[in-house]
Amino acid sequence: MNLSQYLTKEHFYLNFIVDDRYMFFVNGLKVTLTVTLFAVLLGIVIGFLVGTIRSTCDKTGKLKVLDMIARVYLSIIRGTPVVVQLMIMYYVIFSSPDASKVMTAILSFAINSGAYVAEIFRSGIMSIDNGQFEAGRSLGFNYAQTIWYIILPQAFKNALPPLCNEFIALLKETSVVGFIALQDLTRAGDLVRSRTYNPVLPLITVALIYWVIVTILTKLVGILERRLRKSER
Amino acid sequence: MSGIMNGSEPLIHVENLCKSFQSGELHVLKNINVDIYKGDIVFVVGPSGSGKSTFLRCLNRLEEPTGGTILFEGTDITNKKTNIDKLRQKMGMVFQQFNLFPHMTIMKNLTIGPMKLQGKSQSEAEKTAMELLERVGLADRANAYPSQLSGGQKQRIAIIRSLAMKPDVMLFDEPTSALDPEMVGEVLGVMRDLARERMTMVVVTHEMNFAKEVATRVMFLDGGDFVEENAPAEFFQNPKSDRLKSFLSKVL
Repeated sequence: MNLSQYLTKEHFYLNFIVDDRYMFFVNGLKVTLTVTLFAVLLGIVIGFLVGTIRSTCDKTGKLKVLDMIARVYLSIIRGTPVVVQLMIMYYVIFSSPDASKVMTAILSFAINSGAYVAEIFRSGIMSIDNGQFEAGRSLGFNYAQTIWYIILPQAFKNALPPLCNEFIALLKETSVVGFIALQDLTRAGDLVRSRTYNPVLPLITVALIYWVIVTILTKLVGILERRLRKSER
Repeated sequence: MSGIMNGSEPLIHVENLCKSFQSGELHVLKNINVDIYKGDIVFVVGPSGSGKSTFLRCLNRLEEPTGGTILFEGTDITNKKTNIDKLRQKMGMVFQQFNLFPHMTIMKNLTIGPMKLQGKSQSEAEKTAMELLERVGLADRANAYPSQLSGGQKQRIAIIRSLAMKPDVMLFDEPTSALDPEMVGEVLGVMRDLARERMTMVVVTHEMNFAKEVATRVMFLDGGDFVEENAPAEFFQNPKSDRLKSFLSKVL
């Protein structure tokens, strides 16, 4: 196959300009970013809560019931594919035709990502030396204050690289929202392909856009990590 | 066993303190009774594994006692209803491993407790912190991070971090055991100053010469119980029990 035959003005015109086809990509990208952004935010909240519950139970033996619920949640979410979870959410739980696809996708991915984030937070918290915990408690901080002021800032720093990987993975995982007919970036490329019968330009374009976003995110987190590491000079 | 009788209530009253691990199979502390009075400088010595650290950690309930009573300033700290966090503010603790907060500057390490727990303003807390830093000769390191300090410097900061809370008693858990030999002196120097001011101190240590020099009472813990207690001169020159004699012959 000779790729260069597709890299012509005519093909560019056909895939992007005709019928304003570039708008497929623009709108698809909007959907991808919206779903990823809100799923990340909600996923952090879920993961933070679940991770804190789990590590509190690990450390103190309290919150046993909540810990059990958290374990069931983690087991189900990590034991099933995200596409299946997404379809169950859309077709079973929100079976109404009025359900917003974007909202459904956000919720599905947040619940999915929350499970991975929870384990990242938990291992971040558990990796902090117990002496830190004892120093905080011995000064008179209660359990929650010790976690908040002393453990979490350190745990977050440890958790940042895996957290970043999780979000990059999430951005790419949202490419399956086409299964509930939500038109994200991937779906946009596919739609253009099906109209122009030319798979090369639209799909390469989609891949390139994902790559650029992921690269930017990776760079940003690198900067953040360097700032956080200031205290370890 | 009673401390120096000065007619007042003991600061810390320990009665029948027991601690066992592994669901009762390992008895680390067996029916310990001690009174610690204001101004006492109590050194706890004994072979490793005798329960010295466990005893100390029971005093502020970092270790949960399995039996007995500990009264601190009249309040039963073993009672689950007692606000232990409030009492711990009055009981400074210094650890073998320093346990400074690595993500905070030295200044932040010293001010976070007074600011968050005692409602001090930042300027107030920083003023106290600066005075303490000057006292231990580390005023120029206020904006450094713990990782930029030597072990001896870290431990001096750890001591004044506790002092910043204005505690009524200081608990020292082998404060020099993790230090390089040349740094032991600077930490003992700070403790010596505290002793001179008659800060009430309970010190678990292997530094026998230091105990001889600054202690008001030395207590020998062996096999989970206090075997012998005395003023330092008597304790080291005239040990009565065979176990203490044998211990001293090994460490002196």
